[in-house]
Amino acid sequence: MYKVCVIGDRDSVLGFKAVGFDAFPCIGVDEAKKALSKAAKEGYAIVFITEGYAKKMLSAIDQYKEEKLPAIVPIPGMDGNFGVGFGKLKKSVERAVGADILFGGEHK
Amino acid sequence: MARLNVNPTRMVMTTLKGRLYTAMRGHKLMKDKRDELMKRFIELAKENKELRDRVEEHITGVYAGFSIAGAVMSREALEEALMYPKRSAAVSVSYANVMSVIVPEFEFDYKSVGDSDIYPYGFAHTSGELDGAIKDLSEVFPTMLELAAKEKKLALLAGEIERTRRRVNALEFIMIPNLQETIKFIRMKLDENERGNQVRLMKVKDMMLAEAIQERQNTN
Repeated sequence: MYKVCVIGDRDSVLGFKAVGFDAFPCIGVDEAKKALSKAAKEGYAIVFITEGYAKKMLSAIDQYKEEKLPAIVPIPGMDGNFGVGFGKLKKSVERAVGADILFGGEHK
Repeated sequence: MARLNVNPTRMVMTTLKGRLYTAMRGHKLMKDKRDELMKRFIELAKENKELRDRVEEHITGVYAGFSIAGAVMSREALEEALMYPKRSAAVSVSYANVMSVIVPEFEFDYKSVGDSDIYPYGFAHTSGELDGAIKDLSEVFPTMLELAAKEKKLALLAGEIERTRRRVNALEFIMIPNLQETIKFIRMKLDENERGNQVRLMKVKDMMLAEAIQERQNTN
């Protein structure tokens, strides 16, 4: 059985505990990176990361791109939406098709 | 196009022809695979976009709820209220094979007493905004899990499509032309040898004839 966790700033992740996710509140990107590698090792199938951190640790996230688990998903945090999730989606499309054919540059 | 570095012999040509056949067949298969993967990928990407739109919209609402709850209640009280969750989201993972790409599929186990019973606290010391936020969150969270599964699948498919596309291109623009060129080169070379041989034989025949005629004239 795998678990689900949320990595992010304290205010953002707090609420997710209520629906049964494990919350890893972090201060600073380094801590978030550590939390991510810990989560990957400890059998979390899905890791949500607030975008505020996700945008600063893209390379760490990309390490798991070809792995089957965990699925790492950026979500907006308390501090707002930085379009990291859409960026990731767009990059996938670009990688596969060679050009961005779906979003037409509406998200950056 | 660069020719392969081989000896121009009949045997090498036969082997190369075999390789060319395999390469062309492989190319066709790869191309089909790429097209099918692409079809699925685009479908998936569209779904994914919609899901993400939905999730992001809802989550922003949830945060607003939590902020208000955080403003009404003290931080300690808020944390205390959420300290022991009633639910635990457990995921069981199985693997599906989409066009030879192994993708994980998540199945979710909501271990909760009932839909009405999602609040891990008594209502006495908490604010109503918190209840609302948690209710909203518990409504989005199946969508979030779905989004996670779809996004992972998308990323894996993207990788596979890229690899397949490279292979198709390598076969189409490098491997197959090279083989064709080499085979052509060997055939030319063999033909040339053949002609050279013919000319030599004719010359030898002429010489032998001349010799024979000379001999006969001498005996006469």
